[in-house]
Amino acid sequence: MALLQTLILRVITTAVTLLGVAVIVFFVIRVVPGNPIAMMLPPGATAEDIANLTAIYGLDKSIPQQFFIWGTGVLGGDFGTSITLKQPVLELVLGRLPATLELSVLALVMAIVIGGAAALTGTRLRETRVEGGIDVAQGMALSVPDFLWGLVLILVFGVLVPVFQISGRVTPSLQLPFVSDFYLVESLLRLRFDLSLDLLSHMLLPALALAIPLAAIIGQLLKQSLKETMHLDYVTLARTQGYSEAKVIWSQALPNAILPTLTLVGVQFTFLIGGTVIIERLFSYEGLGNMAIDAVINRDLPLIQGIVILFAVIFTGVNLLVDLTYAALNPRLRHG
Amino acid sequence: MNLSRRSLLKLSGAAIAASVALPSFAQAIDELVIAYNVPLPSWDPTTGPSAVNPTIQGLYQSVFDQFILQQPDLKPAPGLLTEWGWNDDKTQVHMTVREGVTWHDGSPFTAEDVAWSLERAANPETGNPINFVWASLGNFKVDGNTVTADVKQFDPTIFKWMYFLTGYVLPKAYYTAVGAEGFEKAPIGTGPYMVEKFEQNAFVRLKANANYWGGKPDFDTVTIKFVTDSAARVAEIESGSSHVTLEMPYEEYDRLKGNMNAYATPVSDIGMIFLNDIEVMADPNVRKAAVAAIDKQAIVDRLLSGYGVPIDTLETPEYDAYDASIKTPYDPDAAIALLAASGYSVDNPVKFKIQTTKGFKPKDYEMIQAIVGLWRKVGIEAEIEVYEIAKHYELRGADQLAPAAFYNWGNSVADPTTSTGFAMFGPSPHSVWDSQDLIDKIGPLWGEKDEAKRIEGWKGVSRYVAENAYVIPLLQYVQPILAAKGVTVTPHHSGALLPHLMKRA
Repeated sequence: MALLQTLILRVITTAVTLLGVAVIVFFVIRVVPGNPIAMMLPPGATAEDIANLTAIYGLDKSIPQQFFIWGTGVLGGDFGTSITLKQPVLELVLGRLPATLELSVLALVMAIVIGGAAALTGTRLRETRVEGGIDVAQGMALSVPDFLWGLVLILVFGVLVPVFQISGRVTPSLQLPFVSDFYLVESLLRLRFDLSLDLLSHMLLPALALAIPLAAIIGQLLKQSLKETMHLDYVTLARTQGYSEAKVIWSQALPNAILPTLTLVGVQFTFLIGGTVIIERLFSYEGLGNMAIDAVINRDLPLIQGIVILFAVIFTGVNLLVDLTYAALNPRLRHG
Repeated sequence: MNLSRRSLLKLSGAAIAASVALPSFAQAIDELVIAYNVPLPSWDPTTGPSAVNPTIQGLYQSVFDQFILQQPDLKPAPGLLTEWGWNDDKTQVHMTVREGVTWHDGSPFTAEDVAWSLERAANPETGNPINFVWASLGNFKVDGNTVTADVKQFDPTIFKWMYFLTGYVLPKAYYTAVGAEGFEKAPIGTGPYMVEKFEQNAFVRLKANANYWGGKPDFDTVTIKFVTDSAARVAEIESGSSHVTLEMPYEEYDRLKGNMNAYATPVSDIGMIFLNDIEVMADPNVRKAAVAAIDKQAIVDRLLSGYGVPIDTLETPEYDAYDASIKTPYDPDAAIALLAASGYSVDNPVKFKIQTTKGFKPKDYEMIQAIVGLWRKVGIEAEIEVYEIAKHYELRGADQLAPAAFYNWGNSVADPTTSTGFAMFGPSPHSVWDSQDLIDKIGPLWGEKDEAKRIEGWKGVSRYVAENAYVIPLLQYVQPILAAKGVTVTPHHSGALLPHLMKRA
């Protein structure tokens, strides 16, 4: 019952959040400097030419009128047409979303693996030089922002030892048999491992750049939780029963210690998707973030709105999922 | 030989690095890869914002032909139109269309395509941002390979627009059949390359047009990757992932030019400071002092590593109305004297705001910082305000720029109308200097039918503008291009990077 109440409450707050985001983004991008029509004006345009061009893009109406037209369209699934790309916004953002999701999920997996391994190793070898080394590495990983890691990775693995691709999502000369935009998933399902390898070769560096800071956060938090758990009675009991230290950590301490990390991973995943904006740009990766930057540069208002709404849906959706997962895993919430 | 573990590891690493990095430089280039600095948003070169974006015209010109060909030195040459001109009283234009040209789908290119493209360009409903330029012609008639049209309003630059923004010939039959959406998905032109594959924001893969009227391009396949970050473009060329790239920091260009084919060409883009006829800029002494206090050569040398050409008018040496005799020399003593005449000094400086972009053009903000520093020495205290380029357009359109505002002006057709004309003619939405004396000087030139007289008239305007310091021209930009040793590039003064002008070395 408590779980159902939590679910209903979270769905309502999610809907309100999305509405708020829609209103704010619509009005804010029209108030901030930068008129898309002014950017298009060629030499010699008269006031009449400017008025005609403004009318073509529907920017001659008042902002509330524009919001009403846009909002009505959104409710019907029509997010408008991109000014620069001349294609329906929904089609564009949904076409790019898979690339960003694949990159984000790969980065998350890498962060969990690297961070988890660091935490488990640090816990197992606590109070040794290895733990100290891991702490220093995590400190470095956290103090350098992801785009700088991107530049370092490009320099090392793109220029000095060019073993990975440093731009794009896939080699242009390859013929792609895909029917969806989830290239990596589909290549694996079709058992086209040649394409999977090519895709991974393009994704590895941007994903690693995104993963490094997150791995450090996960590693620190999980190790802290593990250390606290290691002093609990049931862990001591497991030791006295003759379990090895590795088994105690893995099967006794980890299941309890992982809950706070799980919440953090959910929250950080949304930040990670936000981080793709810069990283995709740096690696010329054809995802949603790269498109977002172009949309902002070109003041492509319908596209900016569409991308922000989609990001908001992802953020609120992931948070909702995390909350529900936490509620389901937490006995106090599960049983009311 | 005694090989330690450490030296073995070093040797192995070096061998791996060398084996991976070298091939693209050492082997013959089958597929030319270009790391381009801006993505291509849309394929229709005549509609929407991308149609008037100068930086992507090179991509369009790889696939589509313009009505008239523009050579690398900016001069026109026969293209799809082999001959063009006005009748004696300039009430009609006539154009002769090249025969034997085919579209990429194999269908014949005809004079009908030319007439239809011109009529379509003038139709505001298509979304052509400069339809009003094309609207100066009407009542098109096709007779064999000749197109004639009535001049509705005389525009001396109309044929120059035929190799400028939106001046492209599109296929009438194909476009009508597939519509705007179909054309975006599968564009065809008569240009040197055909679109094989296009991923927005990622790359376009081009195949050589074997039937190109100008001769088949040297490279059969060209991939243009859109790499917007300059550091990533440098990494692309350095790693051998791309063979050609452009617009990297000059320091990187200098670092790499010894190992590559390197080109640093002045292009038709200039850096300038708009002066608005408001506040202290109404005082000619202040304006003239602001001009005299700037050491342009020092700015070029110290901030742009020497890659730039100081200019004294809005006309560069490649432009039709360039007059080398017009000079505004660096003279800080004269600046101090001029300011003193208006009651200003270092201790009692004249104050105004200067706006600038930061990072939009190479060292834009740094240049303005340097200029403000030079001004401070003579008695000008300028406060810098950084804004986005979009804000600049908006303020300029509304005539609300600060007393001084940095901008870069492109004019790849080299006509004075599209540089000095629109930048300095008060009624133009692009000008913020509205004094009647200048309006009176420029006004008669718009419809001047005698070309020699027109160009001389514009030279006179440039001189008048310089003498009265109505604007501060700074420099002509230089475009850096790096290419692998296996590729030679012919730089184009318009700044367009054209794959069909690239050859195997």
